[in-house]
Amino acid sequence: MSRVYLYILLMAFVTYLIRALPLTLIRKEIKSDFIKSFLYYVPYATLAAMTFPAILSATDFFLSSVIGFIVALVLAFNKKSLLTVAGFSCAAAFVAELFLH
Amino acid sequence: MNVGSFKDFKEGCRDAIPICLGYVAVSFAFGIEASKIGMSTFQAAMTSLLNVTSAGQFSALDVIARNGSFIELAILQFIINLRYMLMSTALSQKLDSKVGTLHRMGISYGVTDEIFALSVLRKGKLEPLYSYGLIATSVFGWVFGTVLGAFSGQLLPHRLISCLGLAIYGMFIAIIIPDTRTSRALLFVVLAAMGISTIFTYVPYLESHISSGFRIIIVTVAVAAGAAVLAPVTDEQSDPQGHNEEVNRA
Repeated sequence: MSRVYLYILLMAFVTYLIRALPLTLIRKEIKSDFIKSFLYYVPYATLAAMTFPAILSATDFFLSSVIGFIVALVLAFNKKSLLTVAGFSCAAAFVAELFLH
Repeated sequence: MNVGSFKDFKEGCRDAIPICLGYVAVSFAFGIEASKIGMSTFQAAMTSLLNVTSAGQFSALDVIARNGSFIELAILQFIINLRYMLMSTALSQKLDSKVGTLHRMGISYGVTDEIFALSVLRKGKLEPLYSYGLIATSVFGWVFGTVLGAFSGQLLPHRLISCLGLAIYGMFIAIIIPDTRTSRALLFVVLAAMGISTIFTYVPYLESHISSGFRIIIVTVAVAAGAAVLAPVTDEQSDPQGHNEEVNRA
């Protein structure tokens, strides 16, 4: 049973190192225009890649996921807040699933 | 040294509510899976509290279930979570250079895709207290969902869980889409990342040989590097302002 705790601690250690090394070691402003531009684009690329196509299987039904996705896109495009976009997206899927079940 | 105020902490707590909801849904599933392979509720909760990484934790269950080697687990976590290194590097640029090592170590604990997204788009410098607010709300949801899932897969109606799964993606969309209205380069970045990610997900050989963690790393590096070469940003651009007013109204 103690082996499970060793697994947990080991993965926590590796994951923490990955997170902590850059944050604690890089103190200065990065001067390179390329690196600055690269870092500026990183979150958009990462989040876009994580969202699509994974969002299509976020709920039990492909159709309710698509509906939630479209609602989120429309609201976000109209600059609604994070909570509004996330909330209405879930609500739209929930309503859609009432008909799908 | 600008570590922020209690107001920043509260703002962080509030901004992370969508993360919290999404995390409850995702970690609920993790809790169920963890109990399936024989982990206790306490072990599942401890895993979530110490790791706070969805892809990493799910992949670890597989290794733990078949008593895999420690080396394998370490390498797997390293690769799947390598993207956090990119995010931490980006965050290091958001901090005042005078922010001390202890605060940096504190913020490091909570570098996840979702918390990173909110942190990096915060207007101006990132205050450690704002990060702690994000972390408090998010980790609460992550551990709470794990406990619920591990304790009983029957506590919440399944239909609700199914729809809550959209919360995280809805939040991602709310973060990346508004800025694509004003920047053609960002629109291109978002579309390219989604397109390449789709190819990696559905093309047979790629789909079976590249894990989801690696897929995200490859897409991020390729698309962000390509955009950095084709459309280098100036200093004013790299501090998106319009978006944060949205966050503050949330």
